[in-house]
Amino acid sequence: MKSRIAFVAFNTFREAVRDRVLYNLIAFALLISAAAILVGEISIDVERLVVINLGLTAVSLFGVVIAIFIGIGLVSKEIDKKTLYTVLSRPVRRWEFVVGKFFGLTGTLVVNTFFMAIGVFLALLYVARHFEKADLPVLAALYFIVLEFFVVCALALFFSSFSTPIMSALFTFALFAVGSLSDELRGFARMATGLKGALMTVCAYVVPNFSAFNIINQAAHGDGVPGRLILYNTLYALLYSTIAISGAVLIFQRRNLK
Amino acid sequence: MAAIEILDLEKTYRIGFWHSRQKLALRPLRLTIEQGEVFGFLGPNGAGKTTTLKLLMGLVPPTAGTARILGMEIDDPRVKAQIGFLPEQPYFYDHLTARELLTYYAQLSGVPAKERSARVAAMLQQVGLVESAGVQLRKYSKGMLQRVGLAQAVLHNPKVVFLDEPMSGLDPMGRREVRELIQQLRSEGKTVFFSTHILSDAEALCDRVAVIHGGELQGVGAVAELTPQSQGKVEIIFCAPSVPAALTSMAIEARVSGDMVNAVIQQGQQEEVLDILHRERIRLISLTPVRSSLEEYYVEKLRPKESGKGAGA
Repeated sequence: MKSRIAFVAFNTFREAVRDRVLYNLIAFALLISAAAILVGEISIDVERLVVINLGLTAVSLFGVVIAIFIGIGLVSKEIDKKTLYTVLSRPVRRWEFVVGKFFGLTGTLVVNTFFMAIGVFLALLYVARHFEKADLPVLAALYFIVLEFFVVCALALFFSSFSTPIMSALFTFALFAVGSLSDELRGFARMATGLKGALMTVCAYVVPNFSAFNIINQAAHGDGVPGRLILYNTLYALLYSTIAISGAVLIFQRRNLK
Repeated sequence: MAAIEILDLEKTYRIGFWHSRQKLALRPLRLTIEQGEVFGFLGPNGAGKTTTLKLLMGLVPPTAGTARILGMEIDDPRVKAQIGFLPEQPYFYDHLTARELLTYYAQLSGVPAKERSARVAAMLQQVGLVESAGVQLRKYSKGMLQRVGLAQAVLHNPKVVFLDEPMSGLDPMGRREVRELIQQLRSEGKTVFFSTHILSDAEALCDRVAVIHGGELQGVGAVAELTPQSQGKVEIIFCAPSVPAALTSMAIEARVSGDMVNAVIQQGQQEEVLDILHRERIRLISLTPVRSSLEEYYVEKLRPKESGKGAGA
């Protein structure tokens, strides 16, 4: 079972690499280099802050775009191109296939983020000339960004299990946008009363809380990240991804592969 | 134990935005295919052949009925290790090379790691793709993709092989190679279930055939049973530059091709014809009863349906 999931995941990773997904690293490298040089020229004392903010935001946005646009095609493309027929006629269960595809894409994003992280640290070294202890929260911020990718991939996979790629992209992006404002949403829910308040509270807690993963600003200021937050965010991402993937599996399990 | 038992397998698709309309793809189908048989599943496009194969592969769930392969229910995961499947007009991961694709499928099929590369190499050799094994599949022609498809279907040494229109889109050489592969599978004792609408292939290869149309089984039997010697005619082939004058009045039809004459006479006239050939010192090549062709059987089975209903994929 584990090996079949790993084989599917590796093939998904290999497909992403050969489809030139990692070419986004070139754009990222250009962006972060330009930012580092520019910031070094015009900023006084805030170079570090600007580079971390810009770098981590770019890591997050590049990854989310990849997660959505590849995630929505993970299964639907295989159905449309009928490549799935020769896979599912082997001893591969449908849930193994879905989980393998998920890990293949998240694996791609982890590799992508790893190289981007190197870019961020090189830019940081360029502007600050040295690393310091206050840079450590950048690692936590990167870890949270990876957790964010897990949830976005799972959502994209979930929507694509019953919807068209375009609608799946719209749903996932909308949920990402709303989830990024979930702190505000929860604030509104607390202020509303009656049925409206109850509905808003449900919505606020059902949409993924992406704002909890965003500690870019704290990391830029060198603020420490509590261990409890790391634990909660890890559990939250795992739980949310598991629920979304389980939903995708349940729907895909019953699907006719016409 | 039968290789394949199809027990009233039935499929109706729900279509439309609200899934409120129904489209019949397969009426209850009952068939048994014995081990070692080469079985042809014949029918026009849209007859229900591919739907049947997808049901057997577990790609679509049945509306009713069930099927067993080698005594195991089709949803039993152990079945999948024993079967090979070539879909119609197969699509593969075009970012992979043929070697990578076959290795991937060997991994998924549970071929042990130490046997994998040898198995893949042997299959590439068998389907004549050794030289292009390192080329990405996006650069392959249709015929080459069909060969890859055949290789992946038998790569893991399955006991039962399902081929959906295996000759589709192939040139004469390609079709011949597929026929040879099917014959080889037969000689290895494997069961082959293949769908086709090319009747000459079915006639040449199959022990038994079934005809399906409109999602409904029209007939099933051994090719010899379905094409009886019912015409009362005999085909005679002999070496001569033209039809001898004594034979002209007897031949129902005669065709000269080079130094060869192919004539059809009524049954019962063989002795007389043989005498003429002997007298005129003409060398006889063959003398065989004319069978009705599988095509005639097929057309007869399909005819009443032509004005009637249609079925699914």
